[in-house]
Amino acid sequence: MSISGLQVISILNKIASVIEENKSYLCELDAAIGDGDHGINMNKGFIAIKDKLKDNNGGDIGEILKKTGMALVSNVGGASGPLYGTAFMKAAGEVNGKENIDIEDFIKILEAALGGIMMRGKAEIGEKTMIDAIAPAINAMKEALKGGLAPIDILKASKDASIQGVEYTKTIIATKGRASYLGERSIGHQDAGATSSYLILNTIYEQVKGIKEGMV
Amino acid sequence: MVGIVIISHSSKVAEGVKELALQMVDDVLIVAAGGTKNNELGTDIEKIILAIKQVYSEDGVAILFDLGSAYMNAQMAIETLPAQMQKKVEILDAALVEGAIVVAVESSSGKNLIEIQEAVKGQCLHKIR
Repeated sequence: MSISGLQVISILNKIASVIEENKSYLCELDAAIGDGDHGINMNKGFIAIKDKLKDNNGGDIGEILKKTGMALVSNVGGASGPLYGTAFMKAAGEVNGKENIDIEDFIKILEAALGGIMMRGKAEIGEKTMIDAIAPAINAMKEALKGGLAPIDILKASKDASIQGVEYTKTIIATKGRASYLGERSIGHQDAGATSSYLILNTIYEQVKGIKEGMV
Repeated sequence: MVGIVIISHSSKVAEGVKELALQMVDDVLIVAAGGTKNNELGTDIEKIILAIKQVYSEDGVAILFDLGSAYMNAQMAIETLPAQMQKKVEILDAALVEGAIVVAVESSSGKNLIEIQEAVKGQCLHKIR
């Protein structure tokens, strides 16, 4: 199955709603070990994305993702702006000019996004960041693809691995970002950035499932 | 003269650092880029781009910053500049207040960007890894 540009926009709009619904939750997670603005900042960014994409005809998915990235860079005050912004802009480069994308394109998109986040944040796996939710998701998708699973089950594998990654962030010390100033006190708390990454991946799964079942 | 940009999550911090530096030497090109566009806590790429352009000359620009996302937004701001400008804008890893004073004094005495980078090494906080 493939996903069209207009469906990508519809998924991004749904992600915006999910971020809005979880605005306070993300702020609470962030406030425990950071500066407490992750939900507010992400919500600001996704409101800008909805506005930037409202008249887009969906003809070029690369362009859609690039605009998404730029909206995040310009409208999010915290670290998630440059990080997610770079992620979407790097992702855009993988699907320039494409009207439709399939599951293999999506894996490439996520890999480029992760590469962008790691480059911008100079971070690795195991530092209690969004990387801990995204990297396992990519690995799970690649394995699922190799195992011959259907695209929707590959997406399910990504969100399942991602939530496990979020759980893992509770067990480790933050060594990047504002939480790193708290050292061992950061243990026991889940990372807000990893959580928003999971929310994004889970929404993509839910929406594609809906499209497949003819509900969206 | 090397221009100076002060980036902080707080516009008050950025303005205060600029004030302290100007108290030492009042003839430097220094501009504060603090807070977001709605004047909330955070950093803003457009404010940073504007600030760099305000103090830019062939002599270059030194950027000082406070915390994580300030550095990332400074990098992204530089990436939007034309290639010849990019080469002359440096983000310095230094304690914000002390670093700003060192950079201001050096810039005021006509030091170039390389000499300024060398002079501020004593204030390095290893924020850029």
